Amino acid sequence: MSRAAAVTESRLARALLIGGAMAFLGFFLLLPLLAVFSEGLKQGWSAFAAAIVEHDALAAIRLTLIIAVISVPLNVVFGIAASWAIAKFNFKGKSLLITLIDLPFSVSPVVSGLIFVLLFGAHGLLGPWLQAHDLKIIFAVPGIVLATVFITFPFVARELIPLMMEQGKDDEEAAVSLGANGWQTFWHVTLPNIRWGLLYGVLLCNARAMGEFGAVSVVSGHIRGMTNTMPLHVEILYNEYDFVGAFAVASLLAVLALVTLVAKSVLEWRFDYHHGGAGH
Amino acid sequence: MINRRILLSAAAFGLLATLGACSGGDKTSDDSKTIELTNVSYDPTRELYKAINDAFAQKWKAENGQTVTFQMSHGGSGKQSRAIIDGLEADVATLALAYDIDAIADKGKLLPANWQASLPDNSAPYTSTIVFLVRKGNPKHITDWGDLAKPGVSVITPNPKTSGGARWNFLAAWAYGRKAGGSDAAAEQFVSKLYGNVPVLDSGARGSTTTFVERGIGDVLLAWENEAFLAEQELGKGKFEIVVPSISVLAEPSVAVVSENAKKHGTEKVADAYLRFLYTPEAQTVIARNFYRPRDPQVAAQFKDQFPTINLVTIDKDFGGWKKAQATYFDDGGVFDRIYTKK
Repeated sequence: MSRAAAVTESRLARALLIGGAMAFLGFFLLLPLLAVFSEGLKQGWSAFAAAIVEHDALAAIRLTLIIAVISVPLNVVFGIAASWAIAKFNFKGKSLLITLIDLPFSVSPVVSGLIFVLLFGAHGLLGPWLQAHDLKIIFAVPGIVLATVFITFPFVARELIPLMMEQGKDDEEAAVSLGANGWQTFWHVTLPNIRWGLLYGVLLCNARAMGEFGAVSVVSGHIRGMTNTMPLHVEILYNEYDFVGAFAVASLLAVLALVTLVAKSVLEWRFDYHHGGAGH
Repeated sequence: MINRRILLSAAAFGLLATLGACSGGDKTSDDSKTIELTNVSYDPTRELYKAINDAFAQKWKAENGQTVTFQMSHGGSGKQSRAIIDGLEADVATLALAYDIDAIADKGKLLPANWQASLPDNSAPYTSTIVFLVRKGNPKHITDWGDLAKPGVSVITPNPKTSGGARWNFLAAWAYGRKAGGSDAAAEQFVSKLYGNVPVLDSGARGSTTTFVERGIGDVLLAWENEAFLAEQELGKGKFEIVVPSISVLAEPSVAVVSENAKKHGTEKVADAYLRFLYTPEAQTVIARNFYRPRDPQVAAQFKDQFPTINLVTIDKDFGGWKKAQATYFDDGGVFDRIYTKK
């Protein structure tokens, strides 16, 4: 009797907890997302499509993609190098390196942007030299790329470090003892071992690179058609009372994020499948 | 295993190829058939310059056979000024007040200190003023500045640190306080009561309008006259009313060629022509249609009924010029800091 009662109660509690969590998620995640789409489609598909193929919107989409295409590979190379070094070797300053990798997570994006203004602005540390050589960093595409790379620094490395540490260096040692050189070891042993974790990190990195607002806003200069990324373009349209346009571009950003999420889920499933649920 | 490796290297190659393509296609072509002009402006002028740019591009094309394309950037006036100083390469700066262009001359050394003399009317091709926007039926019975300091009235105005319009708002309120109370001390007391009623300071005038109109926050919006008209006539027809206060300030938004940048881009001639175009009857009509007060007497007469007559104080006569006003009221440790932190 007491046991049955306990079960009933826990079932009720379980239902309450699950229901509560679902309601919470629905209210705070699903509802806003639906609101974005419904606002964007308020005046039908043609207004939605018109807002997206508009000249400045297309420029913003192109710039956002360019930024992702530049910053994600940079972070992949850096992330693999850093996590390789941290997981497979012991050296002085290792904990300092780990702390540095985490830095962009702990600094506010606005501050991250200001760092680059202070460095490359006309009155910044390198400003006069850059001007003398007619190089534009801040308020131009290079500045936006720098800010994005800085912001997305930890994503790949943070994903790979625990994975590589867990895997240890036995496989690599075996490969080397069988006569493989460094590159061969990397391509045939290390990379296949970390590939799913790496792709997962790339997806996270990509999502942030496309969605970053704060740091990019500081270094962009907001020139429409030139230095406006999609998130900045959404803000501009909103401030121009073009709500359909703003939410149409916002929905496109959301769709990109959703595609990333779906890809992530697929990868997670494959990752678990290959490693029998062991992975991370 | 094999095809997976092929896939991976194909992906890597694709990335590299796109990278190369992007970095190559970045520069604009530099033939003399087209010329690019970057106009860095303040917040509420988006609609105005969209119309002006089209008209000017047509005229320039007809006269010189050259196509002008415009790059526009909008934001709070102070913020925009800061960006130009930090290296945003504006050919022309069209900001909310002379002080923000003074700052570019002072700190950025990008144009001569006497820039204001290079165009007619103190380099301000139009004027404007500050009025109130209230909700339909004026439920809080707001008729003048005095009502804004009453308890229970919520006032929306942007941050004077970053917004030009907000500084005009502040000084207009100060002018009323001084007239009503007879002294600067009374004005400070009035203004600090008024800012005690401000729930949120947006960074630019447009942000404040959105807060008031779209988010429905506040009972009264201190707004540029043009912004108030825009909200009343185009955004929420029948949802708002304009209240004209007994006293306000003559706002002179200034324009200037940022000569160092223009020299670098080879755009001096077109930039100067662009700003002078603002004074032509054609542009003045566009200006008046966008609810800014035109300088041209004929155009002004034509649009006379659109603009109410208000007793207007001026920055030079009543506040000793922008440099002094900026230092007294808005710089760090100034009056605004004192009253806003006291709250």
